[in-house]
Amino acid sequence: MFELRIHGRGGQGVVTATEMMSVAAFAEGRHAQAFPSFGSERTGAPVVAFCRIADKEIRLREPIMEPDAIIIQDPTLLHQVDVFAGLKKNGYMLLNTNRSFEALGLGDFIAGRPAERLCTLPATEIGLKHIGRPIPNMPLIAGFAALSGLIRLESVVKAIGEKFSGKMAEGNIAAASEAYNLIKTRMAEVAHV
Amino acid sequence: MFKQIEGSKAVAEAVALCRPEVICAYPISPQTHIVEALGESVKSGALTPCEFINVESEFAAMSVAIGASATGARSYTATASQGLLFMVEAIYNASGLGLPIVMTVANRAIGAPINIWNDHSDSLSQRDSGWMQLFAETNQEALDLHIQAFKLAEELSLPVMVCMDGFILTHAYERVDMPSQQQVDAYLPPYEPRQVLDPREPVSIGAMVGPEAFMEVKYLAHAKQMQALERIPQLAAEFKQVFGRGTGGLTHTYHGEDAETIIIAMGSVLGTVKDTVDEMRDGGHKIGVLGITSYRPFPVAQVREALAHCKRFVVLEKSLAVGMGGILATDVRMAMSGRGSLRGFTVVAGLGGRAITRKSLHKLFREAEQETLQPLTFLDLDWNVVNKQLAREREVRRSGPAAENILRDIGTVASKIA
Amino acid sequence: MPFQQIKFYQTGTFTVGNRLLNPEDRSVQSHQDRSNAINSGHRACQGCGEALGARYALDTALEATNSQLIAANATGCLEVFTTPYPETSWQLPWIHSLFGNTAAVATGIAAALKVKGRREVRVIAQGGDGGTTDIGFGCLSGMFERNDDVLYICYDNEAYMNTGVQRSSATPPAARTATTMPVGPNPGNEFGQGKFVPAIAMAHEIPYVATATVADLRDLEAKVRRAMEFRGARYIHILVPCPLGWGTASHDTIRMARLAHETGLFPVFEAERGELVSALPMRMQLPVEEYLKPQKRFAHLFGAKPKLDVIARIQQRADRNIRKYGMLKEEVL
Repeated sequence: MFELRIHGRGGQGVVTATEMMSVAAFAEGRHAQAFPSFGSERTGAPVVAFCRIADKEIRLREPIMEPDAIIIQDPTLLHQVDVFAGLKKNGYMLLNTNRSFEALGLGDFIAGRPAERLCTLPATEIGLKHIGRPIPNMPLIAGFAALSGLIRLESVVKAIGEKFSGKMAEGNIAAASEAYNLIKTRMAEVAHV
Repeated sequence: MFKQIEGSKAVAEAVALCRPEVICAYPISPQTHIVEALGESVKSGALTPCEFINVESEFAAMSVAIGASATGARSYTATASQGLLFMVEAIYNASGLGLPIVMTVANRAIGAPINIWNDHSDSLSQRDSGWMQLFAETNQEALDLHIQAFKLAEELSLPVMVCMDGFILTHAYERVDMPSQQQVDAYLPPYEPRQVLDPREPVSIGAMVGPEAFMEVKYLAHAKQMQALERIPQLAAEFKQVFGRGTGGLTHTYHGEDAETIIIAMGSVLGTVKDTVDEMRDGGHKIGVLGITSYRPFPVAQVREALAHCKRFVVLEKSLAVGMGGILATDVRMAMSGRGSLRGFTVVAGLGGRAITRKSLHKLFREAEQETLQPLTFLDLDWNVVNKQLAREREVRRSGPAAENILRDIGTVASKIA
Repeated sequence: MPFQQIKFYQTGTFTVGNRLLNPEDRSVQSHQDRSNAINSGHRACQGCGEALGARYALDTALEATNSQLIAANATGCLEVFTTPYPETSWQLPWIHSLFGNTAAVATGIAAALKVKGRREVRVIAQGGDGGTTDIGFGCLSGMFERNDDVLYICYDNEAYMNTGVQRSSATPPAARTATTMPVGPNPGNEFGQGKFVPAIAMAHEIPYVATATVADLRDLEAKVRRAMEFRGARYIHILVPCPLGWGTASHDTIRMARLAHETGLFPVFEAERGELVSALPMRMQLPVEEYLKPQKRFAHLFGAKPKLDVIARIQQRADRNIRKYGMLKEEVL
């Protein structure tokens, strides 16, 4: 069973991101469970959502405390929330920023962790470019698909197609595709190094 | 057809397949998504004929359902927590009048202190209201139980609450097998009321009943729930024939055969319990699970049978009978009275959404096996903050509001994950 | 030597038994095939204004709907005295659910009828002033604002009579009830409290609002008939004196209702979509003392030292009603 935790702020589509992740996994014939942290949080407040993916029925209902991966939708949370809590030693981490880990003071954190599993993505900018709104969730999901290989881009695209229509679907698919390709390129660079 | 869908949406689709004729809606978390989805179905014309009424309170929601049901319409509403309590007078009235209303309860704690998260305090507070209460373990079961609930309610002319854990199920996206309209139509016949307000055959409903007959009327309600004990397993079996799934029924056992320790619980926590039990089984522990699906009527015989050969049981419940201990545990212990050697433990857990984790359950179940557990345990209770507040109350008269003191002692929780 | 005076019924009067009137002008009660909505044998007190008002209202509504009518009833005197089971007075389908939910139950009935395509069957909800203006007010307002197809009738006897005459929000100032006793510096019910629900009903801009008293039963019949011409939420508020609660003689019920109107203390009017359309004119304005004096609930205002200041305040209320509703004008507003 693979366990993913997404941190973000109310209004950034954190809950939708885990839902889309589960829909994408479902499209690949897998079992998936997505659930929010259930706060009565308003726009801007820290939000956590969870997603489990497995090949058999998922019965577990506890929050994900030792995730295999985390996605951080807003780097300002780094100073406010213990976003890395319980992240497995070889876990994945995808951070929405146009800065480097070092610039964000995460040098100590990434040291000793597998570099090919840690990545940044300027998801807000990608969202702005394709959707016209600073919503980073779909680029991050697609970027995570590229980073982890857990789900395929086509499944993310399919999930977007089910959730959105018209221009919103087109924009989100374009954003997802750009993010996916960007991470793939970055990973190729890391592998090359 | 398999779908990856939110629990609330799944339930809304299932309810729509049951062809309800009157739906009353009043928003309260975490139930709201259900009636929102149903409202959209009615407004779009997908669910027709159906009247969707936005009422001004839960009390009105149940009252509108009473009027509609008494006029022969299949009636549905959904609520939770404070909403359930706000409609209590009408809840008793609906069951007293024998009106087969089906209501989803998205289980949520009751304030004060106000709390929107899951536990079972709300529907368990209506234990004696005369409604049947069926608890869903998964969203699939929640969906299936609604279809069974309409049939059960209408056959017996008694209302049914389908209870599903708020947020944990209502807001969880997971895979469900959504039945077809043909399947539901094959299973659930149109509503044939026993009593109906109709000018063609005028009746008076709701007269005062004095001491000469009140006990008989009340006994009849009990007798009907005893009939339901027979009917619920049959309805589950009939359901399996049409839909191919063994959901519903009175109880479900898991690794019960050779278990020396049996964990008893209701609702979605059973999943986490089963995962924990699997891990312990791998380590050679003789431990099993008894899930209660039908809380009312309470399946005394099935509980006795399931616990017939174990040495001890643990009732893990998301509810608290203040001043006593367990609510579910009281029923289980009643069912097991006369079994002197059997050890029973009550564990109050998960109140107000406190996460029930495998880690805590492992420790708890091992203590139960060794019988070192207290008869009444509060799982993962933070004794530090409790003792601090108790000390504060000993020291000063005007110690201030207790809940706010405790929150101040704990500090900000935004930085914590669970 | 006993003799019986022979009365000459004239075509100009509206006396119930007046068979000289054109059939269409006659009271519902003069018809041989009247529905007897609330049949005899019920357990109401002698001189009960509510029994009279309900009988006329429902017989009229049944006639107007060709007997296609369902009634929902709040807890209260009307509910209790009509259903001493195994007997029931109701000649129409009738349900009693709770004290405070009658409007909502009626909404449910109307919804069920709509979904079943039975548009010809109409719905009435009814309750006393407590069940309407106090405990049932939330459901009533909800039914109004949704414009549900229900005629709600409030039988207002100005206190909780079923439980032994306690104050409601329809109890008038200075009136004695079991919870506003005539003791202390301000005996009886407080001034400056209470509410007039017909005005609140008008504020919902529902299709039809009317008030009536049991003193003018033909006016009541006309209003019920008019109400049944509308679809949507409708409200009729009927003043029904209660001999027990008011401390009046049982033979004075209709006289008290008439005095309530003719002093101006109870305005009788009709409104459509929030606008006043007619007021029942007074023949002359009577001083409020004439209405207050026969009632034991106001006895503390009279006696050796009449409370003239209090009576004057009540008179002010009457005068304001007369101005506000145009009760002395001949013409419709």
